[in-house]
Amino acid sequence: MNKTENQKAWFLVLPVLVLVAFNAIVPLMTVVNYSVQETFGNNVFFWSGISWFEDVLRSPRFHAALGRQLTFTFTILAIEVPLGVLIALAMPRKGIWVSVCLVLMAMPLLIPWNVVGAMWNIFALPEIGLLGNALNALGFDYNYTRQPGDAWFTLILMDVWHWTSLVVLLAYAGLVSIPDAYYQAAKIDGASSWAIFRFIQLPKMKRVLTIAILLRFMDSFNIYTEPSVLTGGGPGNSTTLLSIDLVKIALGQFDLGPAAAMSLVYFLVVLLMSWIFYTVMTRDDEANQ
Amino acid sequence: MLELKNITKRVGADLHIHPTSLVFKPGTFNILLGTTLAGKTTLMQLMAGLEKPSLGEVWFGGVNVTGVPVQKRNVSMVYQQFINYPNMSVFDNIASPLRVGRVDAGEIKRRVGAMAELMRISAMLDRRPSELSGGQQQRTAMARALVKQSDLILLDEPLANLDFKLREEMRDELPKLFGERDCVVVYATTEPTEALLFGGHTAALHQGRVVDFGPTGEIYRKPASLTGAQVFSEPPINTVKAVKSGHIISAGGALSWVAPEDLADGDYTVGIRAHHVTPFETIGSVPVDGTIKIAELSGSESMIHFDAFGGDWVSLSHGVHPFEAGAKATLYADMASCFYFAPDGSLVRSGEAAGGR
Repeated sequence: MNKTENQKAWFLVLPVLVLVAFNAIVPLMTVVNYSVQETFGNNVFFWSGISWFEDVLRSPRFHAALGRQLTFTFTILAIEVPLGVLIALAMPRKGIWVSVCLVLMAMPLLIPWNVVGAMWNIFALPEIGLLGNALNALGFDYNYTRQPGDAWFTLILMDVWHWTSLVVLLAYAGLVSIPDAYYQAAKIDGASSWAIFRFIQLPKMKRVLTIAILLRFMDSFNIYTEPSVLTGGGPGNSTTLLSIDLVKIALGQFDLGPAAAMSLVYFLVVLLMSWIFYTVMTRDDEANQ
Repeated sequence: MLELKNITKRVGADLHIHPTSLVFKPGTFNILLGTTLAGKTTLMQLMAGLEKPSLGEVWFGGVNVTGVPVQKRNVSMVYQQFINYPNMSVFDNIASPLRVGRVDAGEIKRRVGAMAELMRISAMLDRRPSELSGGQQQRTAMARALVKQSDLILLDEPLANLDFKLREEMRDELPKLFGERDCVVVYATTEPTEALLFGGHTAALHQGRVVDFGPTGEIYRKPASLTGAQVFSEPPINTVKAVKSGHIISAGGALSWVAPEDLADGDYTVGIRAHHVTPFETIGSVPVDGTIKIAELSGSESMIHFDAFGGDWVSLSHGVHPFEAGAKATLYADMASCFYFAPDGSLVRSGEAAGGR
């Protein structure tokens, strides 16, 4: 058969290419550009090779921030995913309470992130905040602006409050899509509620949970607004997560080279870990095909 | 023996199952025939104990089991959707009811193996349900239901989601699977042809009522009522109001034929199945004038929908008979094969069986 050569199709791809170039490739390449040069005022640049990367990877400050970031992300994942699944399991499947629950659950997700930070900032203040005041009244010596432990507690509580709903909504969507017949079949078999969860609900929720975990991982690893409004990274450096540290270096100290190198390392860490997460969680599916 | 004694199911203000009494003997194949929402699934759930009747009792083997939860009864069920445990192998799926019943490992292996052999899925035992075709998935589900030697096996439209060829195949195999068992089998279907193919006993359901129950062939030929005939006719049965006076029955002013001698004078609803209405004249047939709506011509059959007596009539005949939509046409009804229903809907005389009922 004769195939007519027609290269016009490339023009159809062009708009997407331009769009991607402007919102991803060009900014990224700018960062790459900064990361390999020494920057002085008046737009004077010197080639510096990979020295910034060496500095970043050897810097105890970066290690500490990365450590805090990992601690934060894995703590909230360990809380939000099981808690979200539990809440989803407890939610009604039919009746008027369904919409009530769904709206209540969606509420925290609708609040702008900086507002969430400001809300919790005030809510947790030891003297006037409802939470802070109540904790102190109960005899706890609670002050999140002074004690790192309290700052972490507040930070994690805030994130759990803000984002568990996302896991709940996704898990709930997975649950309601399971036909009644599955539950009946399990009942006929005499399966326990644990067996129903383990062999029906969990496998049927697996896909949405994979998405939930990935989303929560990426979002929490990139989190900036809420902790920055709540604690500003303090007290000291105790809640300075990667993104907060990055902003301090890039905009506070205006060290473009190290900041750019750190951004790229940060980006690669997120990419690598997302890939590992995804591969591990979908390994079973692959093996089945 | 499964006995339903006057069971009723009420959900809120709606009566889903009207008072129903049925007796199913062990070793019999019983069919619940009815359209979607006729109450087949609800009735099965009541039989299984998945639902509790609002009123009435369920007896099994001479014991009142009303309110006994399903896991304490020896019941299996197969659904229209292919229900298997998604992350278990086919072997583990089939074995699952036995494991709950604490059967020892060697026995499980033997029984699962034998069942897989019977279902022709022996080669798939290590796979997961998602790696099987629809037919194999349903075979797995059936193997799970059959492996545990239940007293009551409920099949809720198990072939509805399979493609045509597979459905035909499984229809042939199914009765053989239950042939030697001493259990009560109940099979729900929307298709009259499926019921006729399986034989056994059929309960015709309509809007939550059992309108007819008996040996399948018998209730096909002699439905108890117009509703029963409607449930058990596909394509739908044609009806016309008629009056018998003297030797003549006349319908809609346009149609008249010689009345059977055993029929009393009076008003009747005449029902005639689509395959007794044909495009060609036969001995004793009566011409019916109408306007063609659609002619569906498959390879060997013609299904012709036409307007007659202000209603929708259907003719089903062998061969290809082209008709133009919108055209006036005359079709021929074999009135010797029609049903006569009294004004209250009960059957007075069936033309498909010798004598009235």
